[in-house]
Amino acid sequence: MSDSVNPFANFVIVGERTNVTGSAKFRKLIEADDYAGALVVARQQVESGANVLDVNVDAAMIDGPAAMTRFLNLIASEPDIAKIPLMIDSSKWAVIEAGLKCAQGKSIVNSISMKEGEEAFLQHARKVRRFGAASVVMAFDEQGQADTAARKIEICTRAYRLLVDIGFPPEDIIFDPNIFAVATGIEEHAEYAKAFFEATAYIRSELPHAHVSGGVSNVSFSFRGNETVREAMHAVFLYHAIRAGMDMGIVNAGSLSLYDDVEPELRERVEDVLLNRRADATERLLEHAEHVKGGGKKRDTTKDLAWREKPVKERLAHALVHGLNEFIVEDTEEARLEAERPLHVIEGPLMDGMSIVGDLFGAGKMFLPQVVKSARVMKQAVAHLIPYMEEEEQRTGMAGKSNGKIVMATVKGDVHDIGKNIVGVVLQCNGYEIDDMGVMVPCDRILERAKEIGADAIGLSGLITPSLDEMVFVASEMERLGLKLPLLIGGATTSRTHTAVKIAPVYSGPILYVADASKAVPVVQKLLGKDRDALVSATRAEYDEARASYFAGQDKRPRLPLVKARERAPKLEFAPVTPSFLGVRSFDNYPLEELVPYIDWTPFFASWDLVGRYPAILEDDIVGEAARNLYRDARAMLDQLVAEKWVKASGVVGFWPAHRDGDDVVLFADEKRGKEIARLHTLRQQIDKGEGKTNFALADYIAPKGDYVGAFAVTAGLGEEDVAIRFKRANDDYSAILAQALCDRLAEAFAEALHAKVRRELWGYAKDEGLGTDDLIAEKYRGIRPAPGYPAQPDHTEKKTIFELLDARRHTGIDLTESMAMTPPSSVSGLYFAHPQAEYFGTGKIDRDQVEDYARRKGWDLATAEKWLSPILAYDPMLKASA
Amino acid sequence: MKREERLAGLNAEMAKRILILDGSMGAYLQGFGLKSEDFHGQRFADNRIPLKGDSDVLTLTRPELITQVHEAYVGAGSDIVSTNTFTGTPISQGEYGLEAFVREMNFESALLARAACDRAEKVDGKPRAVAGSVGPTTKLLSMSPDVGDPGRRDADFDGMAKGYEEQILGLIEGSADILLIETITDTLNAKSALWGAWEAFDKTGVELPLWISGTITDRSGRTLSGQTVEAFYNSVRHANPWAIGLNCALGPADMRAFLADLARVAECPVSAHPNAGLPNAMGGYDETPHSMEAHYAEWARAGLLNIAGGCCGTTPEHIEHMRHAVEGVKPRVAPAHDPRLKLAGLEPFTAAA
Repeated sequence: MSDSVNPFANFVIVGERTNVTGSAKFRKLIEADDYAGALVVARQQVESGANVLDVNVDAAMIDGPAAMTRFLNLIASEPDIAKIPLMIDSSKWAVIEAGLKCAQGKSIVNSISMKEGEEAFLQHARKVRRFGAASVVMAFDEQGQADTAARKIEICTRAYRLLVDIGFPPEDIIFDPNIFAVATGIEEHAEYAKAFFEATAYIRSELPHAHVSGGVSNVSFSFRGNETVREAMHAVFLYHAIRAGMDMGIVNAGSLSLYDDVEPELRERVEDVLLNRRADATERLLEHAEHVKGGGKKRDTTKDLAWREKPVKERLAHALVHGLNEFIVEDTEEARLEAERPLHVIEGPLMDGMSIVGDLFGAGKMFLPQVVKSARVMKQAVAHLIPYMEEEEQRTGMAGKSNGKIVMATVKGDVHDIGKNIVGVVLQCNGYEIDDMGVMVPCDRILERAKEIGADAIGLSGLITPSLDEMVFVASEMERLGLKLPLLIGGATTSRTHTAVKIAPVYSGPILYVADASKAVPVVQKLLGKDRDALVSATRAEYDEARASYFAGQDKRPRLPLVKARERAPKLEFAPVTPSFLGVRSFDNYPLEELVPYIDWTPFFASWDLVGRYPAILEDDIVGEAARNLYRDARAMLDQLVAEKWVKASGVVGFWPAHRDGDDVVLFADEKRGKEIARLHTLRQQIDKGEGKTNFALADYIAPKGDYVGAFAVTAGLGEEDVAIRFKRANDDYSAILAQALCDRLAEAFAEALHAKVRRELWGYAKDEGLGTDDLIAEKYRGIRPAPGYPAQPDHTEKKTIFELLDARRHTGIDLTESMAMTPPSSVSGLYFAHPQAEYFGTGKIDRDQVEDYARRKGWDLATAEKWLSPILAYDPMLKASA
Repeated sequence: MKREERLAGLNAEMAKRILILDGSMGAYLQGFGLKSEDFHGQRFADNRIPLKGDSDVLTLTRPELITQVHEAYVGAGSDIVSTNTFTGTPISQGEYGLEAFVREMNFESALLARAACDRAEKVDGKPRAVAGSVGPTTKLLSMSPDVGDPGRRDADFDGMAKGYEEQILGLIEGSADILLIETITDTLNAKSALWGAWEAFDKTGVELPLWISGTITDRSGRTLSGQTVEAFYNSVRHANPWAIGLNCALGPADMRAFLADLARVAECPVSAHPNAGLPNAMGGYDETPHSMEAHYAEWARAGLLNIAGGCCGTTPEHIEHMRHAVEGVKPRVAPAHDPRLKLAGLEPFTAAA
């Protein structure tokens, strides 16, 4: 079962139920003027995951323009429906135009074609453009609808050229190369599906940026009445069509089944028909169809389904513990019918199942990836119950209650949220309502939301060091505004010490540092339960102590004055190698498959709280099984991510003539070394290691004259956010987090791959280096690539210089937030040093003399320097110059 | 200076520095303590509907005051001056019974602004452009005037587009250089304004750069008609805007986050002309030229800006401080064209490439 990988991740789902030609129910509602009922159908489409809403009111008894206008105007006043874009669908131009006049967003027109010749086609296209819409273009011309691959390709190519010539953006063209019924018994129809696949592949590779869509249910028209076969045909058709490049489809958003879930024999026979693999394909499918007719959904019977025989309560628990979502909706429905109120299903069997999960997790018998999978099942079960609960609430005024509401956000300036997502999911499956505000959320919005929903606690997350200051700011704002809410602090850069020393003193309400997801549940349970006071006072005492020992531990280790530390700089010999080019070179759309071998898997497991080195972790006695399952899911998703190009990787590399100037590195545009074009600033270790020992700064690796320095920025996250959003919309946080974690790894792999290319070829100082991945991870090569914000150069603002030098935003699409976080988050940037003795080090804490010197070099005032360098200050800037 | 020449000069300047738009017309006019007679003049002495409050009619009845405002802003350093035509559509002027004078009002207003700019151009040779101000009208195409009947509309797309076309024909004939479709509370209104503009371009053979400025009504980050900033951008991107921005409703402090959202996605120059803060209890505005200056300086350094100006409550003094705040700071560099299918309902949706 490939339940962890969603083949529809990059597929735009157009909800088809608000279409009178496809839904008799919707047609009757419109004909009866029951627009309230019609809105319910639209809302269901959005809730079941449609990305775009198809609206079609083409029927004999309906006044098309009036009905379209009325329905779209009503949708405009329903924010939960109007949030998604519209597909304005009609065979009559007047109806399309009426629809466009009611749509403030950017919609899709369905459709225009060359049926009535080029002139009418272009006239419609120009109008579509003026209304600011994209358009479906049917493979239809003066001669009729295209049925062969050659005709489809010919018409689409001609339409594409005509449209591009009048300035129609190619990305706004969505071809519908016609999906026709197969297995009709007519010989000419046998090639129809294959022709669609071929035309799709051609369009996607030869007509840049254009998309391919279609109405999938047409293909199974000859099997009307046999839903089992129809669904199988749709699943198999979509599987091949998506592989060929189809990226949008008008489908029933609620009932997409997977290729792998189709019973193998049926699948083979369907495939024979679609791919026209044998002369008797249609007969064989018809014959098989007789057996499965009315038999409901056929499932893979080879799996052990003994648990299906148990009572529904136990089945729900089994599904939750094993993370199986195959039957969750039907089991939840069965439980609902048995229960007095839908809420009782959650409070009873579902919560019972989740508490087993919680116990196993607490006992170390289940691990994070499994828990997140359980959470996915839970979410899908709850999603099924929500409409019933809402309906009940409207009817009776009875509302459900949760264990507590928590607002969570990654703070302003920061874009990292994998950890926060995991914590959110784990809390949700323990019955807490999580209002996840996403990333880069300004303080005032967080506090407002907390107030608005009556939150019981606020959780803040951040990964980069400037986020620490933002968290202090949020805490101080909470104090200023007189809030008493508990504040939870988490994220890779946070620590118990930082929380105790910097955050706790500015806020008098409860503050708790949450080290990882496994700590989140017990902490929140106590905090929002009866043990609250005990926890709060214990924590406060703990933090007082931590603060005291922190200040006691300060300044104990001797540091050198900056002048003295500089005297202890390493004395290196230099033999600079000239790079193969100067200036920048970009690598757009880098082949993802070339990055895969460079992936370092160990940190991937760490991001799921599974500790151990790869590959040994897979055989670990304790976490081995969880690690193996996670790895299997990850590899499967990675294969698909690479094959279907869910994300784009782009990078840029540059080299410049450079020389050292004190602790700075000065860069020049060319070998004339005339005008300084930029200056990199570095920081020096100040700890006193003893006489005869060295105190490093990155500048030491550059010669006083005639040397070179390099820089790079890479990302593998272009498109990552959309992938994650799509999974989340399908209530599949597990896959969303998995995809984000993979993109992170790919970005690091990209940095590694590019560095190898730099050493062997672009800079070329190690032309005959030949190392395997393990050696690369162990950094057994010459030269380093330190990144600003990491121990060798803790100042994040140096990224700005690097980005300007590389023109990184233009070349790679990576942006910097005001806190110097890179977005998309799956990005890496840094410098290249080629010196044979260059190695990674940490600057350690630095003293005020260096901070003052650094501020002067950067053109900052002291306060700014202290702000950006706060994690490495050896003194407390709030205390007057006493050190 | 010819229009093409002026626009080329302005675009060249915009590549080098942050351009300055003018500030509020209303705040300045308020200072004159105008009476009912000023608005009616002799010409509309018998108008059955009181005209007090219709600033646009002053172009016909007290043109010298409008000229004075334009000159004050040119003097403060505005590169672009906006015309006194914010309510110059048949829908808005219809509320005063003046719909028949719309074309004339726009024509004359553009001429007044042009004349003030011409005088300044003669002095130093630097281009000063006239932006024809195109406002939101008093009606909404995406929202019902009646909560009990959400499907109802009191205006329709075609009628509104026709009215905008008339306004824009007047502006083109009065030699405006740019069209500034501003204070957009409902993106469908803006789409009908764009439609009107293209109809006017087709008729006159003159095509003006389109500058589109939306209004985020409160800290929810949505337009009145419910769109997020990015959804709004996706919905008007087809106009290939010369610039896109935000104005009105919010003061600079509250506008910051939404401006950053826009600056992140917009593939063209970005403008901001916020109010001088939120209206206070007395209906005045609290941001001083000094306090506004700090915001602009920070925006400019954060790379969010290509054009800076002011909306309600701002004065020539605000503009002068703003000019100092952004002086010498590099303008924002727009990201490259994103070739993905970008759609929008109330929220944006981007398909994978």
